[in-house]
Amino acid sequence: MIKVTIDDVEVEVAEGTTILNAARMIGGDVVPPAMCYYSKLPDTGGKCRTCLVEVAAGSTKDPRPMPKLVVSCSTPVQDGMVVKNKTSQRVHENRGAVVEFLLINHPLDCPVCDQAGECHLQDLGFEHGAEKTRYEEERRTFDPIDIGNKIKLHMNRCILCYRCVAVANQLTDKRVHGVLHRGEHAEISTYIESAVENDFSGNMIDVCPVGALTDKTFRFKSRVWFLKPMEAECECTKCSGKVVVWQFGNEIYRVTGRKDRYGEVEDQDGKPGWICNDCRFDKKDLSKWNIIGPRTIDRHSVISQGKYEGPRTSIKKVK
Amino acid sequence: MGRRLLLEHDNVAGIETFDVYRKNGGYRSVEKALKSMSPELVLEEVQKSGLRGRGGAGFPTGMKWSFLAKPEGVPRYLLCNADESEPGTFKDRYLMEKIPHLLIEGMIVSSFALGANQSYIYIRGEYMWILDILEKAIAEAYEKGFLGKNILGSGFDHDLSVAPGGGAYICGEETALIESLEGKRGNPRMKPPFPAVKGLYGCPTVVNNVESIAAVVPIINDGGEEYAKIGLGKSTGTKLISACGNLVRPGVYEIEMGITVEEFIYGDDYCRGIANGKKLKACVPGGSSVPILPHYLVTKTAAGEDRLMTYESLADGGFASGSMLGSGGFIVFDEDQCIVRNTWNFARFYAHESCGQCSPCREGTGWMEKVLNRLEHGQGNMRDIDLLAEINKKIEGNTICPLGDAAAWPVAAAIRHFRDEFEWHVNEREESQKRNYGLIREPQSIA
Amino acid sequence: MSSSHTDLSKRHSEKPVFSAEKMAEVQVLFAQYPEGKSKSALIRVLHMAEEEFGGWLSIETMDYVAEVFNIQPIEVYEVATFYTMFNLEPTGKYVFEVCRTGPCMLLGSDSIIDYIGTKLDIKVGETSADGMFTLKTSECLGACGYAPMLQCGKKYHEHLTKERVDEIITAYRAGQTPN
Repeated sequence: MIKVTIDDVEVEVAEGTTILNAARMIGGDVVPPAMCYYSKLPDTGGKCRTCLVEVAAGSTKDPRPMPKLVVSCSTPVQDGMVVKNKTSQRVHENRGAVVEFLLINHPLDCPVCDQAGECHLQDLGFEHGAEKTRYEEERRTFDPIDIGNKIKLHMNRCILCYRCVAVANQLTDKRVHGVLHRGEHAEISTYIESAVENDFSGNMIDVCPVGALTDKTFRFKSRVWFLKPMEAECECTKCSGKVVVWQFGNEIYRVTGRKDRYGEVEDQDGKPGWICNDCRFDKKDLSKWNIIGPRTIDRHSVISQGKYEGPRTSIKKVK
Repeated sequence: MGRRLLLEHDNVAGIETFDVYRKNGGYRSVEKALKSMSPELVLEEVQKSGLRGRGGAGFPTGMKWSFLAKPEGVPRYLLCNADESEPGTFKDRYLMEKIPHLLIEGMIVSSFALGANQSYIYIRGEYMWILDILEKAIAEAYEKGFLGKNILGSGFDHDLSVAPGGGAYICGEETALIESLEGKRGNPRMKPPFPAVKGLYGCPTVVNNVESIAAVVPIINDGGEEYAKIGLGKSTGTKLISACGNLVRPGVYEIEMGITVEEFIYGDDYCRGIANGKKLKACVPGGSSVPILPHYLVTKTAAGEDRLMTYESLADGGFASGSMLGSGGFIVFDEDQCIVRNTWNFARFYAHESCGQCSPCREGTGWMEKVLNRLEHGQGNMRDIDLLAEINKKIEGNTICPLGDAAAWPVAAAIRHFRDEFEWHVNEREESQKRNYGLIREPQSIA
Repeated sequence: MSSSHTDLSKRHSEKPVFSAEKMAEVQVLFAQYPEGKSKSALIRVLHMAEEEFGGWLSIETMDYVAEVFNIQPIEVYEVATFYTMFNLEPTGKYVFEVCRTGPCMLLGSDSIIDYIGTKLDIKVGETSADGMFTLKTSECLGACGYAPMLQCGKKYHEHLTKERVDEIITAYRAGQTPN
C-alpha cells in the first residue's frame, strides 16, 4: 500500500491506483470530475481533460512538482505524492477552460434535452462555466440520427468521450458505430445507415455523460426530475435484472441501470450491472417488476432535490 | 563548407543503388558492429556521440535507447519515423530519395544495438514514390545478405519493411505512429506507459527520426567521440537543415552545428540571402511549431551575441526572445510577407491536423483558426488578439500530445513579437486588405 | 451539415474484388507483420484498393477491404475517414493536390490554386466538366524548398508557375506524364 495526499487528505491505496480512484476513495468534493473516464470500461479516459489536477510533489523519492497539470484518471499515484484538486487555483482556471472548450460548439439546448437534470456537462458548466460565451463563430452542427431503432444520436451535444465506443467494443459482439473523421470534424457515427442490434447496446445511453445518446422510448416524455426513481428487479435470463425504473404515477417512463454517485453502473453480483435491452426498452409495465423501494440518487443535480430527502447540494451559487 | 557526414555522396551518380553505395564506403558500420562490437558497445558509442533526436524534440538518442525495456521472450521493435510533415521540413525526404541505403544501414546497426529482429520504416503516404525507392533498396540489401537471417554470419537476424501512412501530420507523434502502424486511426496514446515499455503490439519499442538513424552510421564508423568533436557543447555533429521561404537558394543543407545563423542565411555556401534583394522580416528556424523570430532577433540574441545554429543558441532567451532548432525546418520571411496571414495559415494547418481526441486541442485549434481568419480578413476586433493569447494558454500543456503546444506556440510568439501588425489589421481594416504591414520596428528594450 | 460530410449516394454498382495477382500482393504485406497483426497492412491495402477500384473508396470497396482483413466495416470507415489522402467520393482522372501551407503560401500557392481553378473552371473540391481533373488543396507535402507545388498521384510537380501549370495540364490531357 502507498500513501497519497489529495487536497490535504491522506489516503492509503494499492500500487497502480490512479489519482482519480484514490480521490474517489476519499470521496466528497476532493474528487475531480470525469467526463470520459469510466472505471468499468477499460481503456477509457484521458480525453476530456476535465479531471486535470496539480501534482505538487511527485513522490517521497522525487518530491519535485510536475510542471504540467496531469489527468487524474490515467496517472498512477506514487508513494508520497501530493495532489491538489479543489485547492489549486491553476486547476480551477484550466478546468474552467476545458469546460469552455466543451461548450463552444455545444448547442446549449438543455430546455429540450432529455439529459437535462442528469447531465454531467450541465453540472460542470454550473460549477465552472463562465456567464457568457466568448465564442462568436458559427457552431458546428449535425443532424440527429438513429443508432438502431431505440437510440437517438444528437451529435451536436456529443463531447467525444468515446465511452459508447468502448461499450460497443466491450459489451457487444459487433461494433457498427465509431468515431469518424478527425479534429473538430470528428463525429460519432455509423457512417452508413446501420442498425445497432445487440442485447446490450442500450448501455451506451447509460454511459453517455451528456444528451448525445438518448432512449427513444423515453424521448420527450418527461423531465427526469418529475419522475420517481425506484429500485426494481425481475427474473432476466440476459442480465442481472436489477434496474431503476423511473415512474410517473404508476406508469414506468424509462428503465436504466443502477448508477452510483459518479454516474457509473453499480456492480451487481460482483460484475458491472449492465442491463439488457429487453429490461431497458420493453418492460414498461409495473407487473413485470418487483419494486424494492425508492432509489436514492446520490447526485448534486436537481433530481435529488426535494424527492426523498432534503437538498444535499453544496454548490456555490452563480452570481 | 563544413564536413558532411550524411550527404557526402548525395551527388554521386547511382548512389541509390547498393553497388555504388557500397563502393563509396556503404555498409561498413554494419560489418564493424556485427563482427566486432556488442550491442552494448554500439549503444555506448551513440551515447558518447551526444546525438540528439533529429525529429524536433532533441532528446538524446542514446538515452532513449537505454530506456528500452528488455523482458525475456518479448520481441522489441525499432520504428523509423519518416512521417516528415512539419511545415518547412523536407530533409528526411531528401536523404531517403537520394541515399536510401544510408537509412537502411542505420536501421540495421540501430536494431542490432537494441536487439530488435524486426523494424519498420513508417513513411508518410504522400511520399509513396520514396516508398518505392526504399523497397527497391531493401530488396537489394536482402539479396546481398545485409538483411534477413544470420547477417554476415553474425547470428543476428533482421527483417525490415516499409509502411505508408495515409495523410496525417499527427502520425509523426510516436504513439500516434504506433497506432497507425497497427492499422488504426492516428490517435496518440496516453503516457505512461511509454513506447520503450509498451509500444508496437504492446512490446518495447524505440521510435527514431530518419536523420537520427542515419547519423548512427558515421558514429559507428568513426566513433562517438569523433562525432562529438563536431559542433558546440550539447549540440554535437552535423544537422540537416531544410531552408525555404524567401531565400535566394532554398534547399537541404548539412551543416556543422555551431555555424552562425548569419552565415547560414547569407553565406555563399548556404542560402545566399533573401530573394529579390528584399529585407529579412522574420524567421521560423525549426519548423512551423517553434516560435517565430522578428528580424532583429534572428542573427543576434537579445543579449547582442551572435545567434548560432545550435539547440542552445536558437533557444537563447527562452520564449521571450528565442525559438528552437526543432526539426531544422528553416522558414524565412521577407519584408512583404504578412505575419497575421501566416499565423492564420499555420493555425489552419494545426486545426486540420488535430486528431480530435482531447477537447482543448480539438476545440481550441479550430477556435484559433476561426478568430485568426477573421483578423486576417479585416473582420477582427481588438479583443480577439487577447482572446487568442488566452486560448493558446489554455491549450498549452493541457493536451494528450504535443500537437496542442505546437499549435499554441506559433500564435503566442506571433502576437508577442508582431502585436503592432495584428492591431494594424484591426485599426486599418481596409488598408490591411490592400497591402502588407511591412517590417516591424525593433522595440527600445527587448531584453 | 448532415451526420456525415460525405455524399454516400455514390456507390459502386458491382462488388469490387482484387485480382489473384493483387491478392498475392496483399498476402506479401500480411507476411511483413507478426501473426495476428495483419491489420497493420490496412492503410497500405486501402491505398491499393483506391488505385484498383476507380481512385476512391466507396462503401463497397471499404466493406470488401473489411472482408479481406476479417474486421468490422466500421473499423475501415474509421481509418479511411481519418487519413486525408483517401478520397471518399469519386474524383476526376487526375487529382491535383496543391499545397497551401506556410512556406508554399509565401511563394504564391494561393495564386496557383486560383489559376488552376480559373483555367479548369472549377472550385477547390470540384471536378472539371470533362471528368479529367479534380482540384484539391493539401497541407504541407514536404516540398517547401521547391514551392509552390502540387501532387498528382505519386508525382510531385514543384517550382510551379502559371506557365508550368499550363504545361502540366496539357501533358495530362494528352495522356502523358509531365516531367
